[in-house]
Amino acid sequence: MKPASTPAARPGVIVPRAGRPSPAARFQDWLPRLVLSPSIAISLFFVYGFMLWTFILSLTSSRMLPSYEFVGFAQYARLMTSDRWWVASTNLVVFGGLFVAICLVLGLLLAILLDQRIRQEGALRTLYLYPMALSFIVTGVVWKWLLNPGLGIQAMVRGWGFENFRFDWLVDPDMAVYTLVIAAVWQASGFVMALFLAGLRGIDDSILKAAQLDGASLPRIYWRVVIPCLRPVVFSAVMILSHIAIKSFDLVVALTGGGPGYASDLPATFMYAHAFTRAQIGLGSASAMLMLGGVLAILVPYLYSELRSRRHG
Amino acid sequence: MDNVIRRRTIGARVARFSLYAVLILAALFYLMPLVVMLITSVKPLEEITPGTLLSLPREPTLAPWVKAWGEACTGMRCEGVGGYFYNSIAIVVPAVLISTAIGALNGYALTKWRFKGSELVFALMLFGCFIPFQVVLLPMAQTLGWLGLSSSRAGLILVHVVFGIAFTTLFFRNFYVAVPTELISAAKLDGAGFFRIFWRILLPVSAPIVVVSVIWQFTQIWNDFLFGVAFSAHDTQPVTVALNNLVNTSTGAKEYNVDMAAAMIAALPTLVVYVLAGKYFVRGLTAGSVKG
Repeated sequence: MKPASTPAARPGVIVPRAGRPSPAARFQDWLPRLVLSPSIAISLFFVYGFMLWTFILSLTSSRMLPSYEFVGFAQYARLMTSDRWWVASTNLVVFGGLFVAICLVLGLLLAILLDQRIRQEGALRTLYLYPMALSFIVTGVVWKWLLNPGLGIQAMVRGWGFENFRFDWLVDPDMAVYTLVIAAVWQASGFVMALFLAGLRGIDDSILKAAQLDGASLPRIYWRVVIPCLRPVVFSAVMILSHIAIKSFDLVVALTGGGPGYASDLPATFMYAHAFTRAQIGLGSASAMLMLGGVLAILVPYLYSELRSRRHG
Repeated sequence: MDNVIRRRTIGARVARFSLYAVLILAALFYLMPLVVMLITSVKPLEEITPGTLLSLPREPTLAPWVKAWGEACTGMRCEGVGGYFYNSIAIVVPAVLISTAIGALNGYALTKWRFKGSELVFALMLFGCFIPFQVVLLPMAQTLGWLGLSSSRAGLILVHVVFGIAFTTLFFRNFYVAVPTELISAAKLDGAGFFRIFWRILLPVSAPIVVVSVIWQFTQIWNDFLFGVAFSAHDTQPVTVALNNLVNTSTGAKEYNVDMAAAMIAALPTLVVYVLAGKYFVRGLTAGSVKG
């Protein structure tokens, strides 16, 4: 085995190795590992240990307090037959899909428009991005006010003379989930714009010049040359946005409260409600494990391609 | 010839005009909720129902702000969000400082003192950035109970540090990777130790990434709701939880102006940070996502 004293030595630099290293030198060798060890321990216990723990809880009949009476996958079976879980999962697909898609389109559009040598670009960028600095609770509270049918946008437009204007999604069980999309897009699309803008600025100008010399029109250049160059950005953005969507909890709590009824529940609110307020710890744990599964399903392909491109690049 | 050029410039002008029109419309879309929040928060309650969202207050007043800060009911108590604002500060400041310090040391050890398995350690820790926190809530609640930290500010600080170091380590690791190794190898040959090299060589060049890390952690922890609502009691709640309670407390007439003032109070710290240091904020947001 190699001694631990060689790590950062570049090839060509001779590391003096006179017999046995002194205790002080050996301590120096172990110091980096010593410094890292609390974080490693934290990560092993609080991340991996807790994941395992939650998995174990999901196999038990725990209700109000954790018990360790194992019931196999019965809690997962209960989830599968729970109407509320299906509503929550379907909502996540609808909400997540629309949220990601609209953010991508809006973000890309704004980034391309902003990339046309705009005056006051910095100010506009700041305005597009500031919602990302807010808490989802604040966003939820504000949009709840804006979407309130009696006093919000609906009332305002009716006041302008459009008496039949209807925009009462917040209280409509079929439409409530779309209000989450509106608020979440408002909050996150500016961030996607910033990602795309950084990507656009990174594209080599000579590619664009060449396409222009070939006589390609501007939309065509964007569609055929620029957007394909942005593929890695699209990939990252999809990853981050779907991650935000799966974790969405505060926005639902503040904007719709999961309602009307449980029409706009998401898995995150389902888990919290069952584990913390409805004394269904086993069921809540099972739903948390399925959420983790969802994140892994997105993460693994992402990390795989990241590692591949790093190895090849 | 002349004609063609003129027609083109007119076309270009129209295009340019619509370009700005679209951009300004988009700006209004992003700005509108903030403007409405601000207008509503300084309107007397009597002006809210007859008016509309965008009608300016005829008699602007700071009374809703005063009430939101010190008198409004959040659940059973009616002491406003002021005390919870201090709670947030008391949680955020130590949590940000501790997690940033640990992240800096981790990033340094992982890049400048590589050892067998250091990449694995990094990958192991990085995973913590991605887990949905629902998966740790129940064990965390029990662990905090065992540690005697249930519903305490210290408990919340611990939680934020534990789940923040994955991000801070990522920031510092990616930053220190780009710092040339030659200087450090030379210092090692001269017999400088681990902490001495960190203190003398790495730390002086770390200002930008420290700012990124502090801002990122500050916004994350200030805006946190999930941990706050799960692991706090009445007198240790952060301001986001108090805001949600205030809005959902239904005693008497709904005071939308007070709700909006409370929302502004909860939003102001991160907004101010964003306005003052937006560049670093964006860098933090993109640090994990754009390769570099």
